[in-house]
Amino acid sequence: MEHTLSLTKLKAARPGLADRLQKWLPKIVLAPTMLVTVVCIYGFMFWTFYLSLTNSRFLPSFNFAGLLQYEKLMDNDRWLTSVTNLGIFGLMFMFIAIVLGVGLAILLDQNIRQEGAIRTIYLYPMALSFIVTGTAWKWILNPGLGIEKLMHDWGFTDFQFHWLVDQDMAVYTLVIAAVWQSSGFVMAMFLAGLRGIDSSIMKAAQMDGASMPVIYWKIILPCLRPVFFSAVIITSHIAIKSFDLVTALTAGGPGYSSDLPALFMYAHSFTRGQIGLGAASAIMMLAGVLAILVPYLYSELREKKS
Amino acid sequence: MNKHFTLGRMAIYSGLLFFCVVYLMPLVVMVMTSFKTLPDIKSGNLMSLPQEWVGYAWNKAWSGACTGVSCDGIKGYFWNSFQMVIPAVAISTLLGAFNGYVISKWQFRGSQLFFSLMLFGCFIPFQVILLPMAALLGKLGLANTTAGLVTVHVIYGLAFTTLFFRNFYVGVPDELVKAAKLDGAGFFTIFFRILLPLSTPIIMVTVIWQFTAIWNDFLFGVVYSGAETQPITVALNNLVNTSTGVKEYNVDMAAAIIAALPTLLVYVLAGKYFVRGLTAGSVKG
Repeated sequence: MEHTLSLTKLKAARPGLADRLQKWLPKIVLAPTMLVTVVCIYGFMFWTFYLSLTNSRFLPSFNFAGLLQYEKLMDNDRWLTSVTNLGIFGLMFMFIAIVLGVGLAILLDQNIRQEGAIRTIYLYPMALSFIVTGTAWKWILNPGLGIEKLMHDWGFTDFQFHWLVDQDMAVYTLVIAAVWQSSGFVMAMFLAGLRGIDSSIMKAAQMDGASMPVIYWKIILPCLRPVFFSAVIITSHIAIKSFDLVTALTAGGPGYSSDLPALFMYAHSFTRGQIGLGAASAIMMLAGVLAILVPYLYSELREKKS
Repeated sequence: MNKHFTLGRMAIYSGLLFFCVVYLMPLVVMVMTSFKTLPDIKSGNLMSLPQEWVGYAWNKAWSGACTGVSCDGIKGYFWNSFQMVIPAVAISTLLGAFNGYVISKWQFRGSQLFFSLMLFGCFIPFQVILLPMAALLGKLGLANTTAGLVTVHVIYGLAFTTLFFRNFYVGVPDELVKAAKLDGAGFFTIFFRILLPLSTPIIMVTVIWQFTAIWNDFLFGVVYSGAETQPITVALNNLVNTSTGVKEYNVDMAAAIIAALPTLLVYVLAGKYFVRGLTAGSVKG
């Protein structure tokens, strides 16, 4: 008697426990990721922000120093150079990569034979690391042995190409390598966008006697506005993050003429023992990203609501 | 229609072909340089074929070139990268699958907000977390270890893997899950019996995306690895920038190709998934 009783009791209690566990399981599964996100992304962000307000040098210290590091940053020639470089490099890279990407996508959208093979060729650089890309272009742009020698051998004996070792031009070599690496990807995005456009729009315009360039300029490209937005966000993100490329290609040189903020941050935080300054520069980079991202997200959300 | 096949078509095809040459040129130059001897490099130019094809530079890059102080080639670092990339990809993909499953099929109060926070987090420049992460790894005794690198890659890869699986599972009809719930299937049963068997394509995308991203990473590698645990990207950079002795461009190029080989191979074999990952990861993110 007693035995059966406890069995029924158990049976009654079991679903309750299992149910409760079921209810908690999703949260338990998500918990590690939530913890890691809160601590390792947002927590660390504030930690770095706090470090940037201290006088930390070789070791992190917690002595509050106000905006001292930011003042030092604004007086730092190398920082100003790296920010200017990011402006030059970022804008040129974004502009060229997007124009080239759109152009190639339109060309590829004309019922091309072997489209798949051509697309594969345009996109493969994206599979390589920036370190490999930088190494390759460092060799190609090598003054004396690279393109310069090639042109001399081909009979253009006056040809000069010293950008890699030229203070004023080194930053443009970054643009060349970055465009080579990423433009195929921009092309893929626009190609996907073009394929999404209803072809009847194009046919209707053709019936009205519009020429192809006019159709693309007036009808197709405006339809691709969202893709342009994404392309700007992604390429600007690549530009701000560029650390590997500049390390491998110019190492910020000659001098610090092709330095970028990401390299500045690394150098000061990890090799020069200027942790506070490094943290301040990281926060400035974050501010830059937010300045691009927040208006974008805001417009996205507003569009969805309306 | 045949009229179309005239000047305009010619221009389009030659334009496309020209850019094929532009995109392929660096790879061709790298391969040719890697098979030349040093005197051949000095006397020839970027586009000249090797006078004789020699594999010496490849041998040296693999097992004899100097990276910093040691001169054992890059083979050790190549294996370091594998030791890092395999667990990092496996763990981040698995966690991403579970996270995506919860966020799409077991929503609870705050789960959407959390998802947005997480996505936003993957847009921040990593410079902003470098210093505290170094401190944390030090505290955990993981500084300069492969395990430490794996941890970092898992943590900062989770946003993307979760995003991939979430977007994929959103497309799976809720009715399927509801019916299974009515039949008494639990959280894990539904995942393993219903969703996981459908997931092959998204697993491919995620694994390839993570593999490429982690293999190619340099920033975390250079900050968090020790002399013994450096990944291949860091070793390649050291090798190319080692300034002692004669600069051996052929060895540099061979090493660069070796470092690029795994991801290139993945791209050639599974390019479809690679491109899908790129567009899913960045257009929607």
